[in-house]
Amino acid sequence: MSALLSISDLRSFYGPSQALHGVNLEVKRGEQIALIGRNGMGKTTLLKSIMGFMADRRGEICFAGASTLKSQPEDIARAGMAYVPEGRGVFGSLSVVENLVMSARPGVSGQQRWTLDRVFEVFPRLTKRRMNGGHQLSGGEQQMLSIGRALMTNPDLILLDEATEGLAPLIAQEIWKTLGIIRGEGIATIVVDKDHRSLSKVADRMVIMTKGEIAFDGTPATLATRPDLLEKHLGV
Amino acid sequence: MDAITIAVQLLNGVQYGLVLFLVASGLTLVFGILGVINLAHGAFYMLGAYLAWWIASYTGSFALALLGALSISFVLGLLLEEVFVKRMIGRDHLAQVLLSFGLILVIDEARQILFGKDVHSVTPPEWLNGSIQLTAILSYPVYRLALCLVCILLAALIFYVIQRTRLGMIIRAGAENRNMTRALGIPFDTVNRFVFAGGIALAALGGMLVAPISTVFPGMGDGMLILSFVVVVLGGIGSVTGAALGALMIGLTDTFGKVFFPQVSSILIYVLMAGVLLWRPNGLMGKAP
Repeated sequence: MSALLSISDLRSFYGPSQALHGVNLEVKRGEQIALIGRNGMGKTTLLKSIMGFMADRRGEICFAGASTLKSQPEDIARAGMAYVPEGRGVFGSLSVVENLVMSARPGVSGQQRWTLDRVFEVFPRLTKRRMNGGHQLSGGEQQMLSIGRALMTNPDLILLDEATEGLAPLIAQEIWKTLGIIRGEGIATIVVDKDHRSLSKVADRMVIMTKGEIAFDGTPATLATRPDLLEKHLGV
Repeated sequence: MDAITIAVQLLNGVQYGLVLFLVASGLTLVFGILGVINLAHGAFYMLGAYLAWWIASYTGSFALALLGALSISFVLGLLLEEVFVKRMIGRDHLAQVLLSFGLILVIDEARQILFGKDVHSVTPPEWLNGSIQLTAILSYPVYRLALCLVCILLAALIFYVIQRTRLGMIIRAGAENRNMTRALGIPFDTVNRFVFAGGIALAALGGMLVAPISTVFPGMGDGMLILSFVVVVLGGIGSVTGAALGALMIGLTDTFGKVFFPQVSSILIYVLMAGVLLWRPNGLMGKAP
């Protein structure tokens, strides 16, 4: 099966300064990729480039069989990608229900598996808060809402930046559980998080980034045999 | 001063406020969502009145005049967004001020060429052209009452769209975080275009609706532009609720100011604005930037 997302020699720039130095990455349909690395190594920039937010990106990015190197974020999203950004990007002035309804649409192949009811079923906490404004939610609830909102677009690939940053351990557990559900649905994900142990339990592949390049790309089992890499790139 | 006179002034103030709201809501939406300062907003108010007069003088129908002028303004809004305003999104405010000031000059010149600079009046439809007798010597024009009613209905429609429809959710979401709405697949360029055209159409509609009770003259948009900005700042930039509150406050202050304090009436609304801003620096419903 051909790759859902294939990136080759991707270089991205913030003005004159280069942030990505030739990234190569393939994501198959339904595959869960963990993206790890220290701060400032280009993880968020890579996600932004994939989503189309880096204006200056060179090389090649193919998503769902078409080049998206020159595409706008809204067109990339409509090709079946969804984004849960760092900081969650919840609309504070909209209620929980409105946050979910405004993004709802069938997937690229017409699939409508994710509905309001389904999201509330996966995140029962949000049910109680359905009429609350986004700004009234706790960090964990905001993250659930942001993931739920991404799911409402019935995507084929979700980019999830800093999945559990700043969340209490119990809430983080719920997020990891949700990633399992998303994987079970056959939705591919690229997840950025600091908790590489939890990631290695859910992810199909672990990808380590350092200084705008990919330093390691392999299964969690392979990475487990290379403590030197974790030491070098994560400092653990 | 008797109760009837006060009631009449109250009606006048509310009616003035409602028209102000129509015009200012367009301005606040364009500012809040596109982030573009449109100095030409008042020019569209003037253009709407001239278009209504022009169509009415050919067809003799006020309804046709409204419909025609509204459609022309909306299409003009779509075109201007595509050709000019789109390029101003994200640019600094000086660039936007320059562009929209240029638009004022172009619209004024176009009006001069198409309609001349004469002052005109528009006759309301026959069935709205009467007056209601309030007391033996006091009457109130039916058209003004109808105008209030139409403005209230339009305001309700605007609120319904913004608060209750999916389009409204997208508009509010986009005003808050444009890039996030794009990442969710909302084609924001299209939303922008329709919001701008809708804003222009509201300004023009304000001009058309007041045409029968005021006169249609070249500078009529200038005062309206200033007042609309006062309303937008008073209410909080981007807030339609704020625009409604601000417009009613300005309408009532101006009307009653002219009755009770004629010597200082022209500065009263600015005193009101300054007072509100001292109390709430971001306007009544505005959020801290």
